[in-house]
Amino acid sequence: MLEAAWLIPALPLAGFMLLVLLGRRLGEPLAGWLATGMMALSFLATLVVFAGLLAEDEAHRFFIQTIFTWVPSGSFSVDVGFLVDPLSITMCLFITGVGTLIHLYSVGYMHGDPNFSKFFLYLNLFAASMLVLVLGDNLLMTFLGWEGVGACSYFLISFWFKEDANASAGKKAFVTNRIGDFGYMLGMFLLFNAIGSIRYADIITETQAGELSTGVATAAVMLFMLAAAGKSAQIPLFVWLPDAMAGPTPVSALIHAATMVTSGVFLLTRLNPVLAAADSWAPTTIAWIGAITALVAALAAVSQNDIKKVLAYSTVSQLGYLFLAVGVGGYVPAMFHMITHAFFKALLFLGSGSVIHGLHDEQDMRRMGGVARFMPITAMTFIVGWLAIAGVPPFSGFWSKDEILVYAYDANIGLWIIGLVTALLTAFYMTRQVILTFFGRTRFFDPTPEEINGAFVQAVLDAEAGATEAEAAVGPANEAVEKALADVTKREEALAAASVSFDEATAAVGASSEGEDGYDKLVKALTKAEKGIPKAEKALTKAREKHTEALAGLTEAEVGIDAARSKIAEAESDRSRAPRPAEYVTAASAAPDVEEFADRLPESYQHRQEYHPHESPWTMTMPLVVLAGLAAVAGGLNLPFTKDLHFLGHWLEPSLFGNEHHLSTSGQTKWVLAAIAIAVGLIAIVTAFGVYLRGRGNPAQIENKNFALAVTWDTALAAFMGGPGRKLFDVLSFLDKKVVDGAVEGVGTGVQSIGTNARKLQPGFVRQYSLLIVMASAVVGLFMLAVLWLGAS
Amino acid sequence: MMLAQETEVVTPNIEWSLIWPLIILSIGAVLLVTITSLAPKTRTNAFPAWFTAACGIGAASFLPFMYRRVLDEGPSKVIADALVIDAFTIFITGVICAVVVLVALLFDSYVSREGLAGPEWYVLMLLSAAGGVLLAAADDLIVTFLGLEILSIAVYVLAALHLRREASQEAGFKYFILGALSSAIFLYGIALIYGSTGTTRISDIGRLLDRSNPAGLVPAQDASMLLLGVALLLIGFGFKVSAAPFHVWTPDVYEGSPSPVVAFMASAVKVAGFAGLLRVLVIGLGDLANDWRPLLLAMTILTLLLGSFLAVVQTNVKRMMAYSSIAHAGFMLVGTYVAGDFDIEEAINGGTSVLFYLFAYSILVVGTFATITVMGRRGDDAHDIDDYRGLSRQQPVLAACLAVLLFAQAGVPFTSGFFAKFRVIAAAAGSEAYLLAAVAMLSAAVSAFLYLRLVVSVYMADGDDEEEAPLPADVDVPPVAMLVIGIATVTTLVFGILPDLGGNFLREAASSLLIG
Repeated sequence: MLEAAWLIPALPLAGFMLLVLLGRRLGEPLAGWLATGMMALSFLATLVVFAGLLAEDEAHRFFIQTIFTWVPSGSFSVDVGFLVDPLSITMCLFITGVGTLIHLYSVGYMHGDPNFSKFFLYLNLFAASMLVLVLGDNLLMTFLGWEGVGACSYFLISFWFKEDANASAGKKAFVTNRIGDFGYMLGMFLLFNAIGSIRYADIITETQAGELSTGVATAAVMLFMLAAAGKSAQIPLFVWLPDAMAGPTPVSALIHAATMVTSGVFLLTRLNPVLAAADSWAPTTIAWIGAITALVAALAAVSQNDIKKVLAYSTVSQLGYLFLAVGVGGYVPAMFHMITHAFFKALLFLGSGSVIHGLHDEQDMRRMGGVARFMPITAMTFIVGWLAIAGVPPFSGFWSKDEILVYAYDANIGLWIIGLVTALLTAFYMTRQVILTFFGRTRFFDPTPEEINGAFVQAVLDAEAGATEAEAAVGPANEAVEKALADVTKREEALAAASVSFDEATAAVGASSEGEDGYDKLVKALTKAEKGIPKAEKALTKAREKHTEALAGLTEAEVGIDAARSKIAEAESDRSRAPRPAEYVTAASAAPDVEEFADRLPESYQHRQEYHPHESPWTMTMPLVVLAGLAAVAGGLNLPFTKDLHFLGHWLEPSLFGNEHHLSTSGQTKWVLAAIAIAVGLIAIVTAFGVYLRGRGNPAQIENKNFALAVTWDTALAAFMGGPGRKLFDVLSFLDKKVVDGAVEGVGTGVQSIGTNARKLQPGFVRQYSLLIVMASAVVGLFMLAVLWLGAS
Repeated sequence: MMLAQETEVVTPNIEWSLIWPLIILSIGAVLLVTITSLAPKTRTNAFPAWFTAACGIGAASFLPFMYRRVLDEGPSKVIADALVIDAFTIFITGVICAVVVLVALLFDSYVSREGLAGPEWYVLMLLSAAGGVLLAAADDLIVTFLGLEILSIAVYVLAALHLRREASQEAGFKYFILGALSSAIFLYGIALIYGSTGTTRISDIGRLLDRSNPAGLVPAQDASMLLLGVALLLIGFGFKVSAAPFHVWTPDVYEGSPSPVVAFMASAVKVAGFAGLLRVLVIGLGDLANDWRPLLLAMTILTLLLGSFLAVVQTNVKRMMAYSSIAHAGFMLVGTYVAGDFDIEEAINGGTSVLFYLFAYSILVVGTFATITVMGRRGDDAHDIDDYRGLSRQQPVLAACLAVLLFAQAGVPFTSGFFAKFRVIAAAAGSEAYLLAAVAMLSAAVSAFLYLRLVVSVYMADGDDEEEAPLPADVDVPPVAMLVIGIATVTTLVFGILPDLGGNFLREAASSLLIG
């Protein structure tokens, strides 16, 4: 049955190839089902091999299957071969098992994505690479898988991120991983050189036989530690992981969290004889790096508001625990916690994905709350995951974490204290996450600050429009006044004219006498002029009235402007006084009271009121239920009560070659330690309940941004890579192009140009190049002569 | 002592059967000129390409017989001992012939696209290849120089042969001026070596300098001349294989020259250059290794670092590949360094690693530049990294081949490129050149970035943003070019999975340098 080992990576690889060829034609959802089916078959194959391994004697649980000799003979050979032992099969079991669930979940989650089939193509390739990594029977096969998962991760980040973020996140992941890979390559060649083989079987035999010197072993451990730190996101190479996981899909986040990042820890466990042969400070360094990473990442997790970022930092922190365990020789606890972590972290990631899916892509926990009502299955399973990671007995996380803490205590009390503080923080931030997401009022429907702003923006705009209108009215009013005034003047003039003509007529009548010719005519004119005066007077009065009226209109318009202005001010002050959601949210935070202007909120708000948060489809909830079951009971794999219950410990024994650290801690101390761990966890949970559910205390003080050391480090690094790091490259190319040429130019002012054409074609360059060659030749020649003279003397 | 006897002029007895490849390549060139002048129609159709490919295959077809003879009777010297026909010569000739065949096919689609059809491309390449073979077989520094010049002069012209591109003219000119300078330096080196040892015969120099031969010691007053000569030879070869700091011409020339010509330069010219370098250093000056190794070490480290770091910041794909080819030369130099080890086993490992690297890289780089030729589109100008965006959607097969070739250059497992790098580094680690091994790994780690960057560009903008990925529709993939790319890709994969294919031959070729 062991011969089926090659099928384990071959099946997902076949799935990958089929998807390359047919992916587009299959489309949704067939491509997803194909990939899922391949993973499920791979899981079956793993079960078969597992059964085969169980059937063997303990001493014979170390089986090598050689497919073909890959690297030629000569000084050494490398096979394409698989090493089947308890360690690799344990890894395979959870990679294929959890992997299958992730695939199944993705069928639901990626629904409607234009890159549906491509996503599954990467997922299958990723799984195949990961399986080659753990099954490889030599360092080179592991390296193949190592690079494979690295490339897949880079692609997943690069393809799904958009533009700017893509550039920096992808590069960050790549650069930090390359640093790790460099360590891997150096370590591999170092071991090859010392032992003459890179097969694990040879490395283990030779090292166990004491053939590897302490110095070489120490150097190798440090190099592989660098490699592992890159892949498993430890200080200082951890910055890429939160970005990669906060990235495009929770699913790709998850494959990082549950599988890829464990490969560093796996590698160190695989090489446990080398760790044992190294100077003791090397493993101790690993332990401290792990402890500090665990603490820093946990601090960073406390102040995150993005539901996935909390989990991302939490993953980094939990990996720190694994490093800590490996560093103090606790391989079994490391593997134990790796398995339980794979279950509960997968559960939490998938749960958060389900929440995001159900809440219309909302990722901010401040806008969640009360989700349990809409998504009972997601909530129940998430709570199981929370209890597991927070270390509440009897859930799985408690057992595995407690064991790591016991080992830490046994090695160094400082490590234990850091581990304990991290446990406290873990329980705290996870409780915060659960409360903010699932309990309390549903803040999802609350208007966002942008929407509230939007509502008042309309009011202000209305008031401003009124002001403009009023201002527009002033002009015509002014005109009317002027017109009326002009009319009045005209009428006054007419009146004056009428008076003059009356006087003239009177005088004319007085100068002539009755009976004269035209006398009657004059009298008639006089009468007429006499009649004109009241008429003109009447018109004048009318004009005056009109003028007054216009003046009143003008005043009215001016008043209107003032009113409009005060309306604007009123709207502005309304806007500034409007209730807003709190920056630091607890379940007790009240909703902003928007009743009075509810109908003015923008469309996005109105739409959301009609949106019904819903439970995810069965393809998504089924994996959740399965994982919740596993996360709850996986502690049973390795119970501490009696030796007989150390199932995992016994099972892994053939892979550890007696290098597992033997605890000197007494049983009683263990109980005390466990009690302290439980107490610390409960205190954290109760505190978090107090702060976030009951609303006591000020979350602003807890979510101190300064705690997010990791974020600081992250931005510092990003700034370096964007600034000085980039400049370093620029300086290099500058040196190559300008400085060297410039220096040459400077030295060579006396040198004539080689050909006039050279200058015509491109100023200087040929001349400078040739001068550079001549100068370098001179250096080379002098060097040779120096060698000779030194040799002679 | 032999020189003293040969006072009268003796016409050398030539064993024709051993120099057929050389004859076919050079006579083929002459014939091609003649045929195309007599039948003008053949100037513009595909005839020259197929004729040249046939010459390449014809020349290579003699190699198995020659190898059999070498196995049976050992290496033989021909033409008054000026040329040596051993497994090494046969291997290098084979690689050069393969390159000639592939590049000839590539020229065909290129010249018709650019409207530059004519036999001169092929004639010059055949002549250059003949020079390369001569260089690889030479057992006399004068013949080495002859080979170097025949190889180079044709390539200077080829570089400038895109008559409508000023950049091409400029590239040819630059290459010529700097090449002439390096030739002068090289020739001066030969003179100094002759002056101090009294012979130009490489194997004789080796015998003279043999540390186990007390009579052969060079007089102290001549030693400085000898070492200076060694240094100058190193510089001359360093220029040909673009080793830093003599690499300065490479980016400009690669960028400006016609893309298929660059394919030839990066493969055949480099192969021939390394062949000459290995012969001179290992056979002739092997016992002076302690003197030239520090120099080579410095050059190698500089080459590895400059090549990889500067490649990363380029945005022009041809320039990027130029720096990448410098980095690859650095890897080959690592192997060359190891081949100077006094421990014969380690030295053979080193030699084998260089030869595998030369073969693997030649095929790889021809495939890569074939793709670049196609992607350059009419005018051979579209070489920005953005010009590759979305290629996978339009030409999925071409994109997949390019991805394989780039992965191979990056040294991803299951490609020949991986083994090339792996063997070189393993050889360096084996001979305890840890510094070189570490720097080589660093260079590999850094340069992987640029290949992946190009792959991402090729596969970018695939799928969702249909409108955002405007790939000009005029990327036209001629079937013959696709054939070249396909052959290169398949070879790369085959040797990635079965790297020991022909391993005995390779080892034989390397040992013939070291054991004779």
